[in-house]
Amino acid sequence: MARYAMVIDTKRCVGCADCVVACETENNVPEGYCRDWIVQDVRGEFPHLQMEIRSERCNHCENPPCVRCCPTGASHVEVGGIVLVDHDECTGCKACIASCPYDARFVHPEGYVDKCTFCIHRVKEGRDPACVEVCPTHCLHFGDLDDPDSEVSKLLKTRPYHTLLPEAGTKPKVFYLI
Amino acid sequence: MREITITSGRNMHLIDPHLSIWGWQIPVYLFIGGLVSGILFFSTLYYIRGKADELKTIVRVTPLLAPILLALGLLALFLDLEYKLHVFRFYTNIRLQSPMSWGSWTLAAIFPLSIIWAAMHIEHVLPNWKWRYHWLRTGVTFFQKNGKIVAWIVMLYSILLGMYTGILLSAFNARPLWNTSILGPLFLVSGLSTGVALNILLSKNHREKHLLNQIDVMAIGVEVFLIIHMFMGFLASTQQKIEAAKMFLGGPYTAGFWVFVFGLGLILPALAELLEVRGKITPTRVPSLFVLIGGLILRFIIVQAGQLSHWTF
Repeated sequence: MARYAMVIDTKRCVGCADCVVACETENNVPEGYCRDWIVQDVRGEFPHLQMEIRSERCNHCENPPCVRCCPTGASHVEVGGIVLVDHDECTGCKACIASCPYDARFVHPEGYVDKCTFCIHRVKEGRDPACVEVCPTHCLHFGDLDDPDSEVSKLLKTRPYHTLLPEAGTKPKVFYLI
Repeated sequence: MREITITSGRNMHLIDPHLSIWGWQIPVYLFIGGLVSGILFFSTLYYIRGKADELKTIVRVTPLLAPILLALGLLALFLDLEYKLHVFRFYTNIRLQSPMSWGSWTLAAIFPLSIIWAAMHIEHVLPNWKWRYHWLRTGVTFFQKNGKIVAWIVMLYSILLGMYTGILLSAFNARPLWNTSILGPLFLVSGLSTGVALNILLSKNHREKHLLNQIDVMAIGVEVFLIIHMFMGFLASTQQKIEAAKMFLGGPYTAGFWVFVFGLGLILPALAELLEVRGKITPTRVPSLFVLIGGLILRFIIVQAGQLSHWTF
């Protein structure tokens, strides 16, 4: 059983937003919405400033609050630990949106709730998600955490990293190398 | 200093710049749910204690409004759904971990129960009432004969209904203002209090009003305690919770909450009711009207402010 994760090298990311455009094209994301986005996180006092650029998306949490609070089971964990929304089961009650500390979900104009799928349709074919494939600096990595020889496992073994809001108890599976 | 900027542009409908997924529909439903819970709880309580004729408004008159109010509440919930055609999906699944699933099944039970409860009492309120079909007459007689069993079931569901509206919000870890276990009891007590207030508005019996005023003073006392307790909890907690409390302690909801909910919706009516109980002032309907409006504003403010509160501060 795979446990898919994304590892993002913040040292390489330049914030070009190619991943955002690739995702919108690949997944036909409606205008005005996005499944991933770029964040510039600046800390410190001038002139001693530090900046981290991150490509953010659904964290496909191991303890996903959106799945727990969904009243119909539309939000579910797919094989490989990918958190998905079954459009056919979704009522658009928006409980999952309220439960997500990352604000990674939105209401699709057709009524159901939508978000990043780790491009599961591509992953099933053995390909990388669109954002990973298109990244010009190769800062995005996708793979199986349960496979010790996968690129993501190796990176997490050799480089320091952090996740977003680990204190929310969601156990995110998108890791940021620092 | 820490500054977080989304440079790829993000201005998603209902999500950015802050969550605004729940508009008027949810607070209106939460208010009605609490109100109906209060109406049915006291009606069944005094029915079981054999006071149906003595306390006619509480036991028999006000519950006639319960199914109508509940239908309006359900309509508000339905209007909130983004995928209205899929509303039936609530009833093709039971999700034990989801408060909303518990809620939808509770509503599926309490709505027909409230109709049965009203049907059991309607003849006592409207003497000329005639059931058009024989089978309806037979059904109502059956429930009347087993009145106490029905009353216990309705009472159980009324408590579930009152509790779950608060639990629904408190289960969202992502919104620090909602994420407090006080919200369940607070909404339950507030619901009971608004139910009592509606009874006071409708009652013409002096003894009954006296009893209702006594109950309401106690309910408001508990509510005030829970609210103070809630803010003490926030201020003693993590920065996210402190920021959530700040919205009410100097932030945008300070005046709205402390003047309209706490002052005019709780303290003032409690004082007026206390003076009425002691016979110091002539009873009026104003305090109960204030309790009802305060209860509605409480839910509007909690639902709105909760959507503003978040983890990053």
